[in-house]
Parts: sequence; structure tokens; C-alpha cells
Amino acid sequence: MDWLPLFQWFEATAIGTTIRESLWLFPMIQCGHLLALAMLGGAVLVVDLRLLGLGLRAVPVGTLAAQVHPWLVGSLAVIIGTGWLMFLSEALKCFYSPPFWYKMGLLVVATVFALTVRRRVLGSEVGRVGAGLTAVTSMGLWLGVGFAGRWIAFY
Amino acid sequence: MNLLPFFQWLEGTAGSIAIRESTLLYPIIETSHVLTLCLFLGMIAMLDLRLMGVGLRGVPVSAVAGNLLPWALAGFVLMAISGMLLFYSGPVRASENVFFRVKMVMIGLTGINALLFHFTIYRRVADWDVDATPPWRARAAGVCSMVLWCLVVICGRMQAYNWFDKARG
Repeated sequence: MDWLPLFQWFEATAIGTTIRESLWLFPMIQCGHLLALAMLGGAVLVVDLRLLGLGLRAVPVGTLAAQVHPWLVGSLAVIIGTGWLMFLSEALKCFYSPPFWYKMGLLVVATVFALTVRRRVLGSEVGRVGAGLTAVTSMGLWLGVGFAGRWIAFY
Repeated sequence: MNLLPFFQWLEGTAGSIAIRESTLLYPIIETSHVLTLCLFLGMIAMLDLRLMGVGLRGVPVSAVAGNLLPWALAGFVLMAISGMLLFYSGPVRASENVFFRVKMVMIGLTGINALLFHFTIYRRVADWDVDATPPWRARAAGVCSMVLWCLVVICGRMQAYNWFDKARG
């Protein structure tokens, strides 16, 4: 499938054009994306650390995951929203950027993993090894998403 | 005290030039600095939300602080090391940058806020440890921390843009 016409269309949207032609909009959206990253990263990390028996050990895994959930969903909404806005403003640059495609691929894998394996592990009694492997995989995948995301700016 | 001559000297050292001119070194340090935000600010945000009474309401405050602050501290050390390396790669431009200066002041203020919190209301944490909504002084400390750290992140991101450099001609 040829994605180029679709990306050209994204680039030409009114929202994309407005952001691209503004001096302040893109940096401001970037700041929102970064702040949401800190919150989302914290919400994922605190639960993954707990799965490893580290961090907030005073609370059972299931309780912690439930308490953190609203902040996870909220920051996820902000990071996806700001991500789309930045993408629309430079869709063609993204099309020719290898890190962008790595990021999207890893994002799909990380999301599927979070909604399937990790969700099941959080809702049940799993052995230490299983919980630890889930946590390490989750952290590794999200780290990959973040790393590739930062490198869109470099390549 | 004028530090500019020192920063000019620093900018000419071999290490500074090596980071600045390397294809991979600068992006790797920069990416580490950004991603460590999840460890440092992520853990700080969890404590701030708890102090504000809007997150982790069912967990004792002392458990959140005791279990998460060591991780935040580890994150802070990594942020500081990677941040100093980034500064080292271009100290003249960074030190002249208004966003960098504001950022450093804000980091100082977060330190004062944290010390005030620990030596006042947190000393009596046993009285309000399990309260879903902590006393107002604890909530105020949480709000101040959250706002100040958001400003630190925003200034850090804006520092990379060179609008004000250009204005200096």
C-alpha cells in the first residue's frame, strides 16, 4: 500500500497548515506532549515496578493499577491528541523519517501487549517470574516508543 | 560575577567539542534526558497527586513518599548528569538563554518547596497519613511542586528554540 497520498492529505489539512505556519503553536504542543509523557510514563512505571516487587510495595498490584488508571487514561488522551497535532503539521517529514515508522510499529506492539498480556497479569495472581517478565517487556516496549519518538527530530 | 569567560573556556575543551560535533552522542544524551522524565517527574507527580488528594487516595502518604522518593532521587541524578552533559556541550549559548536561566531558578524553587514541606507539615504526617484529602499545607506543597516542575519542563523544551538568540543579533 502506498501511504504517500494519505500523508500528503494530512499535511494539507487546515489544522496541519495552521500549526506549521505558526511560530508558537508547535513548541506549545510539544510541551503538552512532554508533560503528558512524564505523567503517562509515571503511571506505567509505577505499576511495572510494582510487578517487579519494587517501588510502591505497600499496595497490592491490582489496587495500585486501579488507583492509577484515571491518570493513565487522561495522560494517554493528551499524548495521543498532541501527537496527532504534531503529526498533521509535519506529516511528510514523518513519512520520510525512519524513526517515525519504528515508533508507530512499536506503539502498536506496546498497545496490544498492554491491553492483552499486561491487563490479564494485573487482574490475576501470576507467579513472580511471569509478573517480572511482563513488567520488563512493558517497560522495554514503551522505552522503545519514546526513544524512536525523540529521534524523529534527528532523522 | 561574570561567568561568561569561564563558559567560553569550557566550550573550547575537548569534551565539549566532542559531544557537540558527534552524530550520535548528543542525540543519545538528549534522549536519555527526556526519557528519564518518566522516572523522575513520573514518580514526583504520583506523590504530588497524592498530596493534592486527587490520586492514589487509598494509599498512605508516607508509603507513597517512602516507596517512590528513592526512585525519584535516582531519576534526578540521571537527569542532572545528562543535563550537565547537554549544558557542557554548549555552555555559552545555554547560559545566555532566558529559558535556561528561568529553568534554573524554577529548579531552585522546587528544592525550597520540598524542604519546606519536609520540615513542616510532613513532620506530622502520622496525623494525616491515611486522609484521602491531606491538610491544605500539604495540598499547597503538591500544587507548587506540580506547577514548578511543569514550568521546568516547558522552559527546558523552549530552550532549544533559538528565537531569542536571533533577537540578540
